[in-house]
Formats: sequence, structure tokens, C-alpha cells
Amino acid sequence: MLHHEGHSLEQVYAAEEIQYPKFYKMDALSKLGFLAAEILLKDRPLKYPKEDIAVILSNANSSLDTDIRYQQSTKDIPSPALFVYTLPNIVIGEICIRNGFKGENSFFVFKAFDATFIKRYVESLMDETPTQACICGWVEFLGAQYHAALWLVEYRASDTEFSIENLKKVYG
Amino acid sequence: MNIFVAGAGVISAIGKGKAESLDALEKGRAGMGPMQRLQSIHPLPVAEVPYSNAQLAQIACLPETAPRTALLSAIAAAEALQQANLPSGIRIGFISANTIGGMDKTEVAFPNGKLRNFQYHECGSVTEMVADRLGITHHVSTISTACSSSANAIFFGARLIRHGYLDAVVAGGADALAKFTLNGFNTLMILDSNPCKPFDEHRQGLNLGEGAGYLVLTSEKITKSPSATLSGYANANDAYHQTASSPGGQGSLQAMREALKKANLKPGDIDYINLHGTGTQNNDISEGSAIQTLFDPDYPPMSSTKSFTGHTLGGSGGIEAVFSIMALEGGYLYPNLRLETPMKELPFSPITTFQKGVNVRHVLSNSFGFGGNCSSLIFSKV
Amino acid sequence: MDKLMAELKRQIITQLNLKDMTPESIGDDEPLFVEGLGLDSIDALELIVLLQQEYKIKLAHADEGPAVFRTVRTMAQYITDHQ
Repeated sequence: MLHHEGHSLEQVYAAEEIQYPKFYKMDALSKLGFLAAEILLKDRPLKYPKEDIAVILSNANSSLDTDIRYQQSTKDIPSPALFVYTLPNIVIGEICIRNGFKGENSFFVFKAFDATFIKRYVESLMDETPTQACICGWVEFLGAQYHAALWLVEYRASDTEFSIENLKKVYG
Repeated sequence: MNIFVAGAGVISAIGKGKAESLDALEKGRAGMGPMQRLQSIHPLPVAEVPYSNAQLAQIACLPETAPRTALLSAIAAAEALQQANLPSGIRIGFISANTIGGMDKTEVAFPNGKLRNFQYHECGSVTEMVADRLGITHHVSTISTACSSSANAIFFGARLIRHGYLDAVVAGGADALAKFTLNGFNTLMILDSNPCKPFDEHRQGLNLGEGAGYLVLTSEKITKSPSATLSGYANANDAYHQTASSPGGQGSLQAMREALKKANLKPGDIDYINLHGTGTQNNDISEGSAIQTLFDPDYPPMSSTKSFTGHTLGGSGGIEAVFSIMALEGGYLYPNLRLETPMKELPFSPITTFQKGVNVRHVLSNSFGFGGNCSSLIFSKV
Repeated sequence: MDKLMAELKRQIITQLNLKDMTPESIGDDEPLFVEGLGLDSIDALELIVLLQQEYKIKLAHADEGPAVFRTVRTMAQYITDHQ
């Protein structure tokens, strides 16, 4: 587990020594999700077929931060690059493009992080589909506040059990 | 376990309810035209639901000040529930998708409006308002994955039933037209300034539309005479670009393939494909290439009903699921309107006339969203 | 033209968020799309916005894009021709 508190996303990008120029084009939510996934997967290459890796994310404010920025741009000339990010699931698209993940993906909007929901959803994925690994969690960005908590769940578990209690310990 | 479809409800530019919609589909009556309700400087054709918010509110039994997305959602979901006639005392969930939430209200109020106009901005609050109206409390979820949202809501609902968490689910989605969306799509330069021509060689883009579509799904023990089953579903990520699909339609191909696998069907078993078919250069060649890879050399009849309803974004998967159920029930095949020149890259082309009395046993419905989110649903006759 | 091209390079970097780049590193005749700078379809749309915002030139059709935006020089030439 890694904490980066009080730093800007650009600072985290630099500190993690990532080389991915497309990062700068992303909106804040996508930058946050992208970075969280980079940190999660650092030194932990996934050895599954790309079609078997799923990404399931959630938050409370959807793409509101970018919605507001885009709306402001419509006063002058609307920005296509901003409009692209006025959907919360684009962050999943960015993570998948970066890593080549082609498995199932979905984005849920909740009032607060729902450990029970995520656990059940990911378990049903593993039961019903070819999914062997899933990146799941919460990615939230609004104004000055941002939070991300991501978990990597693999079918053949290793050290930490994928349980509601363990999810809540990190982000309850 | 079979997932039964016990009810379906729809509202779009071509009609309120299934009967009106079927009539339009049969008579070739498309819903796009000059803007009547939406105020915009862009003279673009849109497919608007021909009712004011006041009229919708009366039908929906919601306040007139409710976001338009909520009004559309409530009307379609109520039609589905009424048909389903569910017994009391069972665990019912509401899984609803949308992309604009209450944006139609906030874009008017922004930036100096009163706070109360913003309280329904986000997608989840629209779902909750409709859940309250329908009296569903056991489980309420919101999905927001662009144009595949309501298809994803449908199969998520099926999963909840399969795993024993719920007995029945009202699942689907809705989106109303908003200036935000119109401006946004306009800056991406993928709107047609004329009525759209999906899968035509000279297609120029999509037309935006609005509407809602919902199914009531149940476990086998709840429904005695289902209209159909949800026999297959799958979702995959194209992992190519934020808004464009990969040239060969990898994500679409994977979604269709896995949906067939789940349904235990071969491509040759599909009797009709309801295409995502937005009419953009990119989607149609991408989706077409994926279909060619999977179905060659035997292609089932297929069409894009977005040539009738426009692209209803968060509502499209749900609306097209309802049209798919109707096709199974009545043996209907819908035409792809305004198709004059088949795409030269593809060895097949959508059908252009309405048919009935056809033996339709399995329907494949595609919904592909921005962010590479590709979903396919398969509905089958019982 | 040289002054315009230098200015364009600066503007492209800002408009497209090419944070790691300097104007000097963009060649006058370097392809902007596919190879060279490797810009994509959304970048193309942002360049259309750039033309409108900074030079009050509106591209009639997205189809004109590939020719106009092939290199910094073709962009500069288009601006000069249409002002």
C-alpha cells in the first residue's frame, strides 16, 4: 500500500518516474485513476490474458469536476478534449489503453464507497466470466479533494483475503 | 438458472410505450427533425420526445421541476412494471443508467442559479428519485458507462438475480437531450446535419435523441409466462482510444463472441442483430468489421433502430433491448432507414424493409460506449 | 512565416497539453499525426478550436483537417492564405 498525500497529481507522476506523455491530456479524474493503477501494478506484472483482466470502479460525483470545466469552456469555444472526459468511465478506458486490458469493465455511482457491493460484484465476475484478475475500487476527484483506493483481486489468492472487512480497513 | 423477461417499457421520439413504437417502426416513421424543445444555436436534427416536461410529469406522477431524464425513466420503468405484474413480498431492485443526470436543469441554472437546481445534477439522484416513485427500496444502483450504460444495467440486474440477491429487477436506462451533450458531440464533429444514415457508405454522423427503455427481469419461479429470456451477455474493453473504436472492432468482437458463448449459441443461431449503428464513420466500420469476422459467410438480418430514435446515449441499450423483445414476441424485423449505398468495405448490408411473421428465436443487441466499453446482449424466445 | 510557425508551435503545446515538449523540438515539416508528434483525432479537433480561437478561422469541414494540419508549415500556410 502506498500513500501520496498532499501532493499534486503531476508531482506524483514525476515522483513515480512514469513515462507516458498522454497523461497530460487526461482530466483530473483520469489522471488520478491512472496513477493509482500504475502504483498498484508497479513491480507486479499481471500474467493473465488481457481479455481476462477486468476493471470495476466507482465514485460519488461521476465526472462532475470535468463537467464544470467543460461547461465553462462552452462560454467561449467548447473544448473537445474536455468533453471526452465528461463521462466517469473514461478513466477505465485510460487504464485499459495503458495496460491493454480487455476484460469486463463498469463504473458505478454511489453515495459512498460500498465494500459489500464491490466484493459481491467482483466475486460474481470471477464465478461467471473468464475474469481471472480484477482492479476495483473508488476513484473520486472534485475540486481540491481527491481520493483513490484500488485493489487488485486475483482468482488464485495469495496473502490477503478479498473480504468486506479487509476492504473496509483500507477505505471504510 | 434462466433469467426471464417479465415486462418491458419504452419511450422515445417515435412513441410513448411499446404499441406506439411498433407502429412507427412498421410504418417507417423516424423521430428526428428540427429542434422543438431544446434551445440551441446549432441547427442540428435531434430526436426529441414530443412532450413538454409538464406533460411528462403528469404521466410520470413526478413534480414538473424534476429532471427530464427522471421523467422519461419513470414512464418507461412504470410501463415495464405494469406488464410484469409482480407478486408482492419479493426482493425487487432498480438498476438504472444515465449519462446526463439532472444536467438539463443545471445547465440552465449554471453559474448563478439557486442551489436547489443542482441537487439532482448527478446521475445517482435521478435513479433514486425514480426508485422512490416506483416504490423500489431493496436495491438501487446507478451505472454510468456512456452509450453502453443501460445494456450494462440489464445484465448486472441479471447477475444479481442469478446470485440470489434479488428476485426481480427493473433494469435499463434513460437520457434526456441537453445543450451540454449537443455542444459536446458537436465539438467532436460526429453529428450529421441531416437525418443519420447508419451503415451507409456516405454516412455523416449521428443524430442525438432522448428516451428511456427498461426490462423487468426475474428468476424462473417468479414469472409464469415470460416474453423472453436474457440468454447471453458480455462486456469487454476495446483498449484503443477514449472515443474511437479500434479498426477491427476488437472490443465489439470480444463482447459478441462471449455473449454467444454464455448463451451457448453459435453465430448461425442469431436471427436478428440490433446494431449499435450510430451512423458515425468510425462506429459503423468498426462494428461492421467485427460482425464480418464473427459471422462470415452467413449474415443474419440486421438493422440500426437509431435510424428511427437517434442515439439516446444512456437510454439506447435499454430502448434497443425493448425493441429486441418486441421482435421476438411478434416475429418482427426492423428496417434500417435512409440506407441508400451499402458500405463498400463490408460484404453485407442491413435490411431496409419491415417484416413480420418471421421466426425470430434469438436476437443480438449491441451497445458500444465511449471509453471502449462494449456490451452485447442476447435475448431468446422461451 | 517563421514568426508565425514559432508562435504556432507554442500554441500547439499549450492547447494540446504537450507538457514535456518545447517549441524548438517540433520541426517545421515534421508530421503532426500518426508519426512524428503522434497526435490523435481529439488533438485534431483541438487544433480546429485553436484556429478559431487564435486566428478566427473556421474549418468548413472536418475532412479539410488532414491536409491543413499535416505539419506546422501547412498550418501556417493555411492561416496566411485565409487571413
